[in-house]
Formats: sequence, structure tokens, C-alpha cells
Amino acid sequence: MALAPIFRKIFLVDLIKGLSLTFRYQDPKEIYTEQYPLERPQVAERYRGLPRLKMNPETGKTLCIACDLCAKACPENLITVESERDPVTKRKVLTKYTFDLSRCMFCGLCEESCSTDAIELTPDYEVAQYSRDGMVLDQKRLEEGPDRKEYKR
Amino acid sequence: MAHMTPTPVMDPAGDRTMVLNMGPQHPSTHGVLRLMLEIDGETIVRMMPDIGYLHTGIEKTTEAKFYQQVVPLTDRIDYLCPMTNNLAYCLAVEKLLGLEIPPRGQWIRVMLNELTRINSHLVWLGTHALDIGAMTVFLYCFREREDVLRLFEMVSGQRMMTSYFRVGGLSLDLPLGFLDRLKKFIDAFPSKVDEYENLLTSNPIWMERTKGVAYLSAEDAIALGTTGPTLRASGVDTDLRRDEPYTGYENFKFKVPVRTEGDVYARYLCRVQELRESASIVQQALAGLPEGRYKAEAPKVVLPDRENMKTQMESLIYHFKIVTEGFTVPPGEVYQAIESPRGEMGYYVVSDGTAKPYRVHMRSPSFANLQALPKMCEGRLIADVVAAIGSIDIVLGDCDR
Ligand code: SF4
Ligand code: SF4
Repeated sequence: MALAPIFRKIFLVDLIKGLSLTFRYQDPKEIYTEQYPLERPQVAERYRGLPRLKMNPETGKTLCIACDLCAKACPENLITVESERDPVTKRKVLTKYTFDLSRCMFCGLCEESCSTDAIELTPDYEVAQYSRDGMVLDQKRLEEGPDRKEYKR
Repeated sequence: MAHMTPTPVMDPAGDRTMVLNMGPQHPSTHGVLRLMLEIDGETIVRMMPDIGYLHTGIEKTTEAKFYQQVVPLTDRIDYLCPMTNNLAYCLAVEKLLGLEIPPRGQWIRVMLNELTRINSHLVWLGTHALDIGAMTVFLYCFREREDVLRLFEMVSGQRMMTSYFRVGGLSLDLPLGFLDRLKKFIDAFPSKVDEYENLLTSNPIWMERTKGVAYLSAEDAIALGTTGPTLRASGVDTDLRRDEPYTGYENFKFKVPVRTEGDVYARYLCRVQELRESASIVQQALAGLPEGRYKAEAPKVVLPDRENMKTQMESLIYHFKIVTEGFTVPPGEVYQAIESPRGEMGYYVVSDGTAKPYRVHMRSPSFANLQALPKMCEGRLIADVVAAIGSIDIVLGDCDR
């Protein structure tokens, strides 16, 4: 038997090699764990999370022109858009907009198809709930966003 | 025949043996794989994998969707490498359409594909090591994987279900600051691979558990249809990236790691070497990333740029038409295979000339590789099954579709 393997076995070279690596990561700078509710991760700008319907900041009116593109683009058919013609201006006006969050897979096709950038998937990722109630978002919810209490210790 | 009944039953052949169910909820079966083992003491006499616990029906669902709506579904087939699935599907449809992607689009695709391979191999290495008992490697692998997922999130908006590629290119260009961040990660990555190797490659326990275990000969590997690292570890030198280059892989220099031992250790070495090669491909892609458009000029297929859509009537009309009616694909059928982290991932798309695919079939590497499992395990010990499952790196979503 060669000497090297015996040497390795007696002096536990491999164990020491592994442990030295492990101990190098004892430095608090190397901690990767996030203490979630206290430390909120910064998600990327493009993150596709909770949907929102945008409004024109000056007039407070919705940007949605009820073109139905988002509903057509969605592979899950979970968006419904209802509209009627304004008898005076002859324009389509949005009357009802619902978004069934429970079936959404956050693929972003609706966002991509919207020609006025009205529907947007925001970087808000906290969409979990205890029940299915309230998962179907209407226009008001989509415009105002969630009313959420901040986590306190 | 036992194979044909929906829930196969295995009867022990004699008094000496008994039947043991492993899975579907076994932590080391990487999903919901059920293995029926006929054992004689500790030795496996017969093994029968039973799949179907993760059947999603995606193959059938695609027939009711527009071509562009299928992309997010393909993410969910093999959830550890969404980008490769996106790519295989997009390439197949692009082949039918005869679309040519601009160089920038192709390079970004290659870059992200290799990142996906790194991501997938990291999950494999971590869980495989965890199965065999090396906990630390798992934590280190997931630490690096977190970085990759952050990069994915930055570029596509989602960590796992990226849906970033589109038929005809990409959905968006790379975000600002992405390349710097990627460069920082990929330059440091080879040293991280050194760390994993430091912990495993010459570790006596690791070698005891993997060397000579779950042997698969080259003939068997070919006969059973295995692909990817499982095949290359048995000494067959194939890699679709090199042999049938797609999306511009011919512009990159990389080695294809091949081992001849055909055991778990050889598969481990192959994949770890692939991690390094992938990192080098990403570095090459970063160094030579061309400028230009990231999607093809095909107004009838590819959504117009957003600025054009908002200012030009014609673009707006095409935008409306593509979203509401989809784009039509000339009739025909096509098979496009790419090298996914697990092996040959092929998409067979049949078009009948409408805006929805007539049939989409996926030739998934996990499904074929799983066939090799009984061959590897029969006549060996139960404890080796866990090592064998880990070494073929299956994803059950990919098996069942
Ligand atoms: S993100 Fe995808 S699934 Fe969700 S509503 Fe939009 S298109 Fe539909
Ligand atoms: S949200 Fe956008 S795509 Fe959907 S109906 Fe309104 S304007 Fe059209």
C-alpha cells in the first residue's frame, strides 16, 4: 500500500480540508439567510407580482380603454373586461374589470399586450392569503392596491 | 401485463423476496417518483418505476392555445431549466416559420441557457450530495443558485418561471446593469466550483458511495435512449450543442466532458466539469455580445417595439392582430432538439396552418433517462438506489408532462 493514502487516513486530511472551508464561512459577512418578515428582499424592477390598473395621475381616470387585449392575450382567460359606449363622446368606457388572481401564473403576457400600459404586474410579491375569498380583484382593488398592515414584531 | 394497468402491482416471484414501495413521497426521489422494488434482503432483484404522479396535461393544453401563449406553459415542464424549454419550443416554431433571429438575440439566448444549465446543475449537485449525506454542499450550491435566480429575476421578472424567450426573439432587451452583475457572478463562479470539488471530489466517503455504483455500459446507455451527462459518463461522446449547433453555439468554444467509467462518480465528474464549461461559455458570450436588435423583423409574428406601437398606426394594427388572432404558422411538422442540462430535450410541433398548434410533443430527457434506472440498480443494494436516482438527475415534471 502506498504511503500517501495511509497518511491521509491517519491524519484525516480530507476532513480537515472540508472543515477548513466550512470555517471560512463563519464570518458574519457571509450570511446569506434573510430574516424574511423583518428583512424584505429587494426584488427586481421587472418583477411580475400583484397586478395593478394604472390611472392618469392628473385626471384620476383609468388608463384602460377597454380594448380587451389583455383578456385575449391571457392563456388562462382570467381577465374579464366589460365596456359600453358613451353616448356623447362615442368612446368605449370601462364598466367592469376583474382579475382572478387565484388562477394567474404571472406570465406577463397581459402586461405585454396592453397598448396603453394600463395593466401592470408590480413588484409586490406578498399575495398569499388564508382563503380564496378576495382573490378575484375588481377594478377598485386593482387601482388602489392592497390594504395591508405592516408586519410588526 | 403489469405495466399496462394504471396502478401497477408487483408480485414477489417467490418466498425469498418481498416488494417495497419507494415513493411517491420519498424525499430522495426528487419529486413524485414511485419505485417498486422487489428485494431479497438488501439486494434488489427487480425494479419498476411508476410515473404519472405529476401529470399536468401540458402537451394537450398547448393545442388550445395560440403559439405565443404556449411559451409560459413550457416553463412548467422542466421547472429547473425553464429557459431551455422556452428555447426548444421557440426554435421549433421558428423553424416552421423560417425565422432568422438577429445575432444579439441569439447570444443572449446562449448566455441565459448556460446560466440555466448552471442553475440546474447546482440544484442537482446540492440535492444529490444531500441524498448521499453531504449537507454542506447543498447549502453552498443553493447560495450560488440564489445569485443565478436573482439574475433571472432581473432579466425576465421571475425567478423560476421566466417566460423570457418569444417566438422570434426575446420579450425585452437586457436591463441596465445586468451585464455587470452577471460578469461579477460568473468571474467568481469557477472558484465556487473549486469549493464544491474540494468538499466532494476526493472525499473518501463520497468516493465509497459513488465509485462503481449504478454502472451503465455504453451499449446499454445507447439502447435505453439515455442522453446528456448520463450518456457521456458512459463514454459516448455526444453533445447537441456541438454536433447539431443551434442558436449560434457554433461561435463558442467549449469542451464536452466525457468519462468512460459509467458510474455515479463519473456522472458527477461530468456535470461538475460542465459547470465550468458553462461558465466559460457565458464569459465568451459576455465578451462578444453584439449590438443590434434582440428580436427578428417579422411584423406578422413578432410584437412590434413598444415605441413604434404607440406612434405608428401600422405597428398598432399588427400588435392588435397578433394578440387577438395569434400568428399563423405554415402547415408542416418539425422536430427540434437541444441539449438541456439533462440531455436531449426535443420539441415536435405539428402545424395545420392555423394560429394554434395541432400537436406539440416533448421528447423529454428525464423520461428516457429514467428507463436506465432499473438497469443500474438491479442486483445492487437498496442504499445505492438513492445515489442512482440522484445521478440521472430526473425532474418529474419533465417525465410526466
Ligand atoms: S400574468 Fe399571465 S396568467 Fe396572469 S393575467 Fe396576465 S396573461 Fe393571464
Ligand atoms: S388593461 Fe390594457 S389591454 Fe386590458 S382592456 Fe385595458 S387597455 Fe386594453
